[in-house]
Amino acid sequence: MADSDPAIVVEGLRKTYRDKQALAGLDLTVPQGTVHAVLGPNGAGKTTCVRILATLLRHDGGRAEVAGYDVLRDPDEVRYRIGLVGQHAAVDEELSGRQNLEMFGRLYHLGGRRAAARADELLERFGLAGTGTKAVGRYSGGMRRRLDLAASLIMRPRILFLDEPTTGLDPRGRTEVWNAVRSLVDGGTTVLLTTQYLEEADQLADRVCVIDGGRAIADGTADELKARLGGDRIEVVLRDAGQLTAAASVVAGATGAAEVATDPDRRRLGARVTDRVAVLTETVRALAAAGIEAEDIVLRRPTLDEVFLHLTGEPSTADTAMTDTAGEETLV
Amino acid sequence: MTTATLIDSWTMTRRGLAHWARQPVQVAVQLVFPVMMLVMFAYFLGGGMTVPGGGDYKEYLVPGTFALTMVFGLEGTMLAITQDLNKGVIDRFRSMPMARSAVLVGRSALDMLQSALGLLVLLGVGLAMGWRWHGGPGDALLAVGLLLWLRFAMLWLGIFLGMAAGRPEMVQAVQILVWPLGFLSNVFASPETMPGWLGAVAVWNPMSATATAIRELFGGPGGGGDSWAADHAQLLAVCWPLALIAVFLPAAVRRYGRLSR
Repeated sequence: MADSDPAIVVEGLRKTYRDKQALAGLDLTVPQGTVHAVLGPNGAGKTTCVRILATLLRHDGGRAEVAGYDVLRDPDEVRYRIGLVGQHAAVDEELSGRQNLEMFGRLYHLGGRRAAARADELLERFGLAGTGTKAVGRYSGGMRRRLDLAASLIMRPRILFLDEPTTGLDPRGRTEVWNAVRSLVDGGTTVLLTTQYLEEADQLADRVCVIDGGRAIADGTADELKARLGGDRIEVVLRDAGQLTAAASVVAGATGAAEVATDPDRRRLGARVTDRVAVLTETVRALAAAGIEAEDIVLRRPTLDEVFLHLTGEPSTADTAMTDTAGEETLV
Repeated sequence: MTTATLIDSWTMTRRGLAHWARQPVQVAVQLVFPVMMLVMFAYFLGGGMTVPGGGDYKEYLVPGTFALTMVFGLEGTMLAITQDLNKGVIDRFRSMPMARSAVLVGRSALDMLQSALGLLVLLGVGLAMGWRWHGGPGDALLAVGLLLWLRFAMLWLGIFLGMAAGRPEMVQAVQILVWPLGFLSNVFASPETMPGWLGAVAVWNPMSATATAIRELFGGPGGGGDSWAADHAQLLAVCWPLALIAVFLPAAVRRYGRLSR
């Protein structure tokens, strides 16, 4: 594979389980050394896509190449070049971390001594050196995920698949995984990451592919996608509903927003904004100068629901409700 | 079988041995269970039992328990396979460039080892209870070979059923069903004492063939009989497991390959 060849090529990928179509012609190209996030709700086809690329599942239509090898024709060539971190830690919970890593090293045919040395290295690197003989079943969620990541890196794979790597982790565990991924990317590893969280894609990925109903519906950098969404949203709640009209024109002036929505029943107005911090200070200052008293001012990131609303013009087709991950930042 | 397959299978067997080392109590319980059965039948019920053609009931019972233990090994295999396939670790095995068959071959080596150990313990307890083999050492070894052959057939049946069951809860049904199937044989009582048609089924039970064959080889009572199946017990003790293996080994391997559908 030449340096300019993409690490992953997916063309018209289709997969149908008994009666449910999981992938309906997915296209995706990931250049080497980049981080690509596949963003979508539950049931969008993210996991199916990763399982096909990791040779765990056979597709029924289209083409998938990883590291220059067709996943159906040369699965073992693919397997030597990839690492997989799934939604559930793929390690033996009855064994210790060291026993796990040694076992996987042997199965990669490193031989006993090299497998043991590599296990030591990885335990050290992921802060698991002190775990001794403790069974993985007694690890915390974050530790288990780190061990899973370590197991995926035994062969120093050029391509790493992360299927919702932080689902079910507490904020600390999430930060741990993010940091580990960042240091890998610095080493030149290509990463394909699936996530339900816009923020995660934003933090880690060079490019984001939004999928829904087994198809890519948008592809671009996080900034490009956000720009298409019209950026963040500012919301102001007033003490006095009577000042709503006056406040709307003040906010329009301060933010440069073309349109300000008002809701008299809840004494609330809202507008799309682009420059987060400047807009916030300017709005606070302008409202104070006009003598309008605000009860609350909130700057909100777009939620994944809004991404879908914007991209598809209708709510997502996911069967489960999406998690609203956009943290609200309240001021005043 | 290539070298890589052997090495990978050995790694998988070692994984099982490491599990044993972490669960010594569980391993001990599995070894003690057939001993318990043997003691219960010999001393609680044995007093009321008569052996067709005469002879000591213990001499009849001990080889029968050997055969039963081989068949009951089915549950353990099934449970281990369903548990393994439901764990995330199987995904890692399948995403690695290891020999495809190693997971199953490693499992079979481990279960055979456990059954051989179980048999050894049971032989010791049998000897302590007064059971003896009367034939030569060659015949005794042949008997042990036939027992492990039956276990090997149950192994592949168990792997197949374990994959077909899918979930560990389904294994419970099999754990209950092996009891009537185990007792519908000549392991504890002669089929001659059962209602006609049930007795006929019991005579043809693969477990009965192995039990009768090893009773003959050990030179104890209960060998032979007046049916074709009983007269050809050694032949059947080879052919029954062979037939089961011929069906369920390829079926299990095929089923494992289909995990990627």
